[in-house]
Amino acid sequence: MSAPSSSPAPLHLAVALDGAGRHPAAWREPGARPDELFTARYWAGFAAEAEAGLLDFITFEDGLALQSSSPTGSDERTDRVRGRLDAVLTAARVAPLTRRIGLVPTVTATHTEPFHISKAIATLDHVSRGRAGLRIQVSELAHEARHFGRRTAPFADGELHAEAADHVEVVRRLWDSWEDDAEIRDVATGRFVDREKLHHIDFEGRHFSVRGPSITPRPPQGQPVVTASGAGEASYALIARSTEVGYVAAHDGDGPRAAVAAIRRAREATGLAADPLHLFGELTVFLDADAPAAAARLERLDALAGDPYVGDGAVFTGSAGQLADLLLERRAAGLSGFLLRPGVIAHDLPAITRTLVPELQRRGTFRRAYEADTLRGLLGLERPTNRYARPAA
Amino acid sequence: MSSKPLKQIHLAAHFPGVNNTTVWSDPAAGSHIDFDSFIHFARTAERAKFDFLFLAEGLRLREQGGEIYDLDVVGRPDTFTVLAALAAVTDRLGLTGTINSTFNEPYEVARQFATLDHLSEGRAAWNVVTSWDAFTGENFRRGGFLPREDRYSRAQEFLATATELFDSWDGSEIAADAGSGTFLRDARAGAFAHRGRHFDIEGRFNVPRSPQGRPVIFQAGDSEEGREFAAAGADAIFGRYGTLDAGREFYADVKGRLARHGRTHDQLKILPAATFVLGDTDAEAREIAHEVRRLQVSGQTAIKFLEHVWNRDLSAYDPDGPLPEIDPLVGENTIALGRASVRQFRDPLATARQWRELARAKNLSIRELVISATADQTFVGSAATIAESIDTLVQADAADGFILVPHITPGGLDGFADSVVPLLQERGVFRTEYEGTTLRDHLGLAVPTPASASASAPAPAPVS
Repeated sequence: MSAPSSSPAPLHLAVALDGAGRHPAAWREPGARPDELFTARYWAGFAAEAEAGLLDFITFEDGLALQSSSPTGSDERTDRVRGRLDAVLTAARVAPLTRRIGLVPTVTATHTEPFHISKAIATLDHVSRGRAGLRIQVSELAHEARHFGRRTAPFADGELHAEAADHVEVVRRLWDSWEDDAEIRDVATGRFVDREKLHHIDFEGRHFSVRGPSITPRPPQGQPVVTASGAGEASYALIARSTEVGYVAAHDGDGPRAAVAAIRRAREATGLAADPLHLFGELTVFLDADAPAAAARLERLDALAGDPYVGDGAVFTGSAGQLADLLLERRAAGLSGFLLRPGVIAHDLPAITRTLVPELQRRGTFRRAYEADTLRGLLGLERPTNRYARPAA
Repeated sequence: MSSKPLKQIHLAAHFPGVNNTTVWSDPAAGSHIDFDSFIHFARTAERAKFDFLFLAEGLRLREQGGEIYDLDVVGRPDTFTVLAALAAVTDRLGLTGTINSTFNEPYEVARQFATLDHLSEGRAAWNVVTSWDAFTGENFRRGGFLPREDRYSRAQEFLATATELFDSWDGSEIAADAGSGTFLRDARAGAFAHRGRHFDIEGRFNVPRSPQGRPVIFQAGDSEEGREFAAAGADAIFGRYGTLDAGREFYADVKGRLARHGRTHDQLKILPAATFVLGDTDAEAREIAHEVRRLQVSGQTAIKFLEHVWNRDLSAYDPDGPLPEIDPLVGENTIALGRASVRQFRDPLATARQWRELARAKNLSIRELVISATADQTFVGSAATIAESIDTLVQADAADGFILVPHITPGGLDGFADSVVPLLQERGVFRTEYEGTTLRDHLGLAVPTPASASASAPAPAPVS
């Protein structure tokens, strides 16, 4: 059933950072440092840990409302982590402190300006020298919309994902709106730029129109890496049309296989089938020396939280060896990597970097050193040509 | 001569932006985009114990005559992202960014500044600017409209709303007590509701109170409304008047407005932008300054600059010849788009008349006129001369300090740090070490308490 273990394709691994971890009681664990959640030191430490583990990238989760267990507004709970720093700024803050790992902040398309997002991520790419990406998400939350006061929920079916696809299209066109060699500093003619190499993008869509060009020159990667999570047709369409990396829940059974097939079909329909698209399995992990230890820890966390943990995705408890088995088995659904969500960052992130990674390395399926210094390079993606550039004569 | 204690000077560094300040053709001029340039610039400013670094913002590339302007530095990185990254490579330097209140929403901007203040441990500042032009609006959802007369009303309400969001956490809410399981002491942390003419929003702000409570607020406008706006709620003014007489007049006017808003003289710092040219001697500095101006204002640049005022295509004119005899076209400037300088000449006919007289009196060509009529260097001389000038202006209440804009990126501050700063320190008018850690500490500004929000926040915009 499994491929011969002599030369398995290398896996890609990313870790999602959010608060103290995915479990609501994560902040109460030893070492969780909940009083440092809003400091740079806290995020820089985890980024360094992830980089020491040679992970492809970290995502910074975000949202434009206070965290809540209720979809209709604040739950007014006082026993869980509440409050969150802006993800793009947090990624920028750790960029100079890291050298190789990709930095992928979350951006909410529903309430942001694509012009601002484009220059922010381009700049994250400049300050990290080619390690930027973004995770685009939509927000259907009525209470979040009331923080902006510009539009009212509920939104029509598929409207927000279609808008997010337009958002990404604008962001991408703006990244290309400067050709790579637009800055010429031609002293003889007194021209700083060659204006023939700067382009209006003239995007016209249902929710916004944007003229361009960007204020920020094209980023080092040309196109930073766009990612999105998928659960349902509308999000699959967004992944297919707009991203280089999509995340789908890595449940057991046929779920991931069906999701991958749906996204691949949608990709065909967009005409982008020739462009590489990574699909990552998304998995919350509680990683310990063995399965009973992990189960006992989850039980202890559940007791602290007062409720059994119900993730909105797949959940793993067990040892590094078991997790390696599971990842290698589930990638047969067509997954090229995994986005791991640590149940407790302070515990499970070091467990990933110090036990899972060596285990995968032993099996010859994870890098032993960074092989590239850009995020595209780590993901095996070419630097794209500029859509506006005329081929050299 | 007087028993008045010496005023302490505030100094800041403005990373040169998209205008003809930067002499990009100089072989010493490096990238204005590479992060290494920002690191060098920021570390120099911090080595010199400056109060803060200042970044401007751009939301659309300038165009002139229907084409993208190509003679000056074009393009810049995103303000917030650069400042957050600079927080990682500096420890004390304040991080001030211009962010527009027209093409943003208060919830998002308040979140970004509160985040920057957390990530820099209390070094964030916001230069609140407004714009109203349809040209910039073409890049944004809200599109190209804000009646000009509404721009301060929106800016005031934007700032008031952001202040309400900053103050929605008082700083005591987070217990993070793992033992008892109490993360929040107050289940209503971050609750806000703002109902106004420009913003009608409510909910929960999701960034806890930051080290400075709120970022330091800068304001840059010079109009009557701009001065009043600053007097009502700003912590500092990014000013335009770097000379003794104009500086003292502006300083006295704006500081005189504070009492009406229940504020004291030292609650608002006035910091004009200033350029400088250093030489080993005053004569050498003057020579360099002359050459810098020639490099900043080429013949082409002079014609383009004149077009800002004339609002006409003047490409047929010889930059080394006399000023055009035709009059400026009055009305909306359709030639130069996205240029702040366009707005500085409110009465183009009067400006043209004045310039013609000046050119005739001194027998100046177009290029020579533009060189003499625009942005002359504020400080030119040896280190001793410049230190003396800065100190004199500050002690005479023409300013509380200066925001220096060098003409070389990124090394243009190095000489100032090495030669002028030590002389100011010897005079006892500039710090030799940072005394505090936050930008409010550097500027001598108190940390606002949420309880004082209603008193110190700008009044809500009048509904007219």
